[in-house]
Amino acid sequence: MEKRSEASGVDPGLPDVAVEIIALNKWYGEFHVLRDIDLKVARGERIVICGPSGGGKSTLLRCINRLEDWQRGRIVVDGIELTDDPRHIVAVRRDVGMVFQHFNLFPHLTVLENCTLAPIWVRRMPKHDAEALAMRYLERVKIPEQAPKYPARLSGGQQQRVAIARALCMNPDIMLFDEPTSALDPEMVKEVLDTMVELASDGITMLVVSHEMGFARQVASRVILMDDGQIVEINEPKGFFEQPQHERTRLFLQQILR
Amino acid sequence: MTALTDAPPAYLRGAPAAKLPPPPDRAGILAWLRANLFSSPANVALTLICVVLIAWLVPPLVRFLLIEAVWSGDDREACLPSPNNPHPGACWAFIRVWLSYFVYGFYPIGQRWRVDVFFAALAFGIVWMLWLSAPRRDIGAVYFFVALPIASSMLLRGFPPIGLIDVSTTLWGGILVTIVVATVGMVASLPLGILLALGRRSSIPVVRILSVIFIEFVRGVPLITVLFMASVMLPLFVPERLAPDKLVRAYIGVALFASAYMAEVVRGGLAAMPRGQYEAAQALGLTYWRMMLLVILPQALRVTLPNIVNTFIGLFKDTSLVFVVGIFDFLRTIEVARGDPRWASPIVSITGYAFAILFYFICCYSMSRYARRVEARLARRAAIKGS
Repeated sequence: MEKRSEASGVDPGLPDVAVEIIALNKWYGEFHVLRDIDLKVARGERIVICGPSGGGKSTLLRCINRLEDWQRGRIVVDGIELTDDPRHIVAVRRDVGMVFQHFNLFPHLTVLENCTLAPIWVRRMPKHDAEALAMRYLERVKIPEQAPKYPARLSGGQQQRVAIARALCMNPDIMLFDEPTSALDPEMVKEVLDTMVELASDGITMLVVSHEMGFARQVASRVILMDDGQIVEINEPKGFFEQPQHERTRLFLQQILR
Repeated sequence: MTALTDAPPAYLRGAPAAKLPPPPDRAGILAWLRANLFSSPANVALTLICVVLIAWLVPPLVRFLLIEAVWSGDDREACLPSPNNPHPGACWAFIRVWLSYFVYGFYPIGQRWRVDVFFAALAFGIVWMLWLSAPRRDIGAVYFFVALPIASSMLLRGFPPIGLIDVSTTLWGGILVTIVVATVGMVASLPLGILLALGRRSSIPVVRILSVIFIEFVRGVPLITVLFMASVMLPLFVPERLAPDKLVRAYIGVALFASAYMAEVVRGGLAAMPRGQYEAAQALGLTYWRMMLLVILPQALRVTLPNIVNTFIGLFKDTSLVFVVGIFDFLRTIEVARGDPRWASPIVSITGYAFAILFYFICCYSMSRYARRVEARLARRAAIKGS
């Protein structure tokens, strides 16, 4: 169960490259949504992907756990190549947690049941252990008292923290965040970002699609700008924000940092 | 900007506004009458029309069914006009005499306790399943969907090793047949319909096409045709000595027919599920069947419950069509009995049909009430969850 102890970094058994994306191309019909993406994410890295909407950020993220398929190129996650083979897909999904813009909690289950569902049915963990694990993560996201409630009774920020706890209950090696704060009321953005900052300090590999530039500055190892289906610039946060290399990046930063 | 910052605040709350309980509802009969019956000219007109209709219909009906009704007698003479009763009403004596035939058909008289046991076991199972806060509903489900069908089949058809002599299904009839066909249809059509609905949305082309063909074909054909096909064509595909008997063929026909409709109902529920629910389940590593069973179907079936019950009500009434393949369901037994020369008379026929209406209405209306209650309960829960 304790594949990765609470505060330590990396499982030595895993390859140093967490995610490798090679010459990835994807089309929606005629529309070329991902164009020749190459990206190597080292274990423990925290990548923040930003860029204008419609640029392919979410699509790229969703390819990493194969919620989207693609036409050309390869993706290797934790040393497992994602192919059409459902066993590979499930193996990757077990190790990759995902947090969605709209939380996507299961409304017919309590907060606790949301968190224990996958450990019980995918990891085959006894119910009692799964509940103990879930309570630990709910405490970590600071809402253990909400465990018996149904998601609809929680605020947006609380729901998103439950979604994070739910993903963590699978002890993932990699976490994907797809615009985790975009659907939240401004008052609730901070509580979710705080949770993510804390998570980042644990050394888990994170890929975050977000426009929270403060968060990117604070925790990102590298920041990526995507536009029009391509990676325009990859840089460390300091360089990215202070000396953007690409004209497109400068323009984007001007737009959102005004 | 200056105007906003420089102007003195026009209003600043000093003390917090008191939190008050809501005002009491306007109560009283008069208020209710005004709100519900006489709120507008159109409403007044409707109310008056309804009052006239009720006054016109109800008293004769009550007189016919209860006041002037004949409650006992041994043959049609009792229900004919006589000096004592010049305008005889409903002939309930007829129903009394024939009641056991309406319930059991030609099931041997000495063995009818087996049917009673079946009814009791079925009622027990239904209550266990439908009472939402009953204990151990998981065991209830096993009882209802596995134990009960096997045990009832042995009980009703016969199981010589434990002394239950064989009773041919050709002797079954009446309410027994109606209940058995309806129950088998409901119990089989729900899972079959779910599978077909999933098949129709499957990403595997063969599964999808087969499901679509089945659903559209069965829905495009009247139930009578399906029943004829089940009773005429099935023996062509199955060797003579393995061919199931007439009643089983009717079950199969009814179950297939109902499952095609059920599939469309369930598909509606599946389509109503947001994509995010599928994605969240997949992202957690749930396989297709676990995702469906644990996440999607529990929500989709809740949404569809009213439509499922609606399909069940239709199915229940459709069972009266099995007579076309020579099975004596409840309605058919009434048809037979009212033609008996010792009883035949117009009033006896009317009474027989009134009895049939009463039976079907009570059954269907209870299903409908139950569905409404569950719906209200779910809505209440959703409100509690959401508030």
